[in-house]
Amino acid sequence: MDIKLKITDREGKRHEVDAPTDMALNLMEVMHMNEIAPEGTIGVCGGMAMCASCQCYISSNDIDLPEMQMEEEAMLSEAFYVKENSRLGCQIPITEDLDGLEVTLAPES
Amino acid sequence: MIKTDILIIGAGPTGLFTVFEAGLLKLKCHLIDGLPQPGGQLAELYPKKPIYDIPGYPEVSAAGLVDNLMDQIKPFQPGFTLGEKATDLKKLENGNFLVTTDEGTEHEAPIVAIAGGLGSFEPRKPVLENLDFYEKRGVHYMVKNPQEFEGQDIVIAGGGDSALDWSIVLADIASKVTLIHRRNEFRGALESVDRVKELKDMGKIDLITPAEITAIQGKEKVEALSIQKNDTKEEFNLPTDHFIPLFGLSPKLGPIADWGLEIEKNAIKVDNSLDYQTNIPGIYAIGDVNTYPGKLKLILCGFHEATMMCQSAYQRIHPDKKYVMKYTTVGGVTGFDGSKKQAPKAVVKSLD
Repeated sequence: MDIKLKITDREGKRHEVDAPTDMALNLMEVMHMNEIAPEGTIGVCGGMAMCASCQCYISSNDIDLPEMQMEEEAMLSEAFYVKENSRLGCQIPITEDLDGLEVTLAPES
Repeated sequence: MIKTDILIIGAGPTGLFTVFEAGLLKLKCHLIDGLPQPGGQLAELYPKKPIYDIPGYPEVSAAGLVDNLMDQIKPFQPGFTLGEKATDLKKLENGNFLVTTDEGTEHEAPIVAIAGGLGSFEPRKPVLENLDFYEKRGVHYMVKNPQEFEGQDIVIAGGGDSALDWSIVLADIASKVTLIHRRNEFRGALESVDRVKELKDMGKIDLITPAEITAIQGKEKVEALSIQKNDTKEEFNLPTDHFIPLFGLSPKLGPIADWGLEIEKNAIKVDNSLDYQTNIPGIYAIGDVNTYPGKLKLILCGFHEATMMCQSAYQRIHPDKKYVMKYTTVGGVTGFDGSKKQAPKAVVKSLD
């Protein structure tokens, strides 16, 4: 099944995208696939929680995200423009529970 | 002036393997890389991570693959210019290319192979007002010569290995070292974290956590930093001579983008139907740095691209010769160092 995601890009433009839940994708890969940001400015490290180029702010309060693991926490502690609701897209697997999730891609750094 | 047959920009896995394929064709290589060690991303970003999709290796660590490649190309005696970034490219009258680094080292070759991966690693800069102004006036993004901080007050910011390691090294050199990190936890090798704690207890490192640097002060150069504690929200000024933010490196295409090459989506367009040549004849782009329809950024694809590229380079260098491909199982490997590896001859012997 596909879920719907609402993603605001770095220019403030909103995109509504469909994301398949059966392809083992993560949020960074969905943003990459949909060209939410130019190549080379998102998912630079390939999804190893090592660059924070997929940092996004989560706007939905009613959706439970997987708990942050140590690597993600450590990366976010060194990244810039970090807010309370920052997460790394590459560490959020696309599951049915995420249907309707709203996120904003953080600035490039 | 360094002269070679194929000048490779980028010493990641693709660049390193190019040396091997070129060596089989008796072409010499020299590599330039901005990082101080060969291996590119594999060595810099994830040396301990296992890789599972290198043909013939069910599992190999990134650092292990780099070691193996260095071993494999050793007979071909590649030259290295490490810790320097290729910044300028010029075509000479004799048809060769002249590539100059940020340190002014000059390289001349008839063929340039750009194996630059994601680009050159640039320091990630904190978001602070007038940061540019203070660069070379007390702000440093890397420590090149620790001795220059002798007898000086320094502040290091960051929570990873480089922040920890440089705090340890400079604790013995600088007159005062303060380490500031946004959180109480550091991410680094256990020995480094323990050592910093020891030095803190001995009074050789001041630790301020969890805290944020909010501004740089100083008329002509860095004189003090404004600091805010994240827990108590307390704000204060810390006088210092130097500020060294160490927040890791992020790759940027950099000066290569200005060499007149056709760029698409932050990558160099190449002819994938033939030889991975760019729009400038004699300049090739291989590995993660290039793009073409169906491109996959995989090490194994980089190896293939390097192999095809070397054949084309051979034809450019020797337009009059016809190359006949030989398998290494047949021809063996003859190094420029005089070494020769060859399959042992089969024994023909009757059994009676």
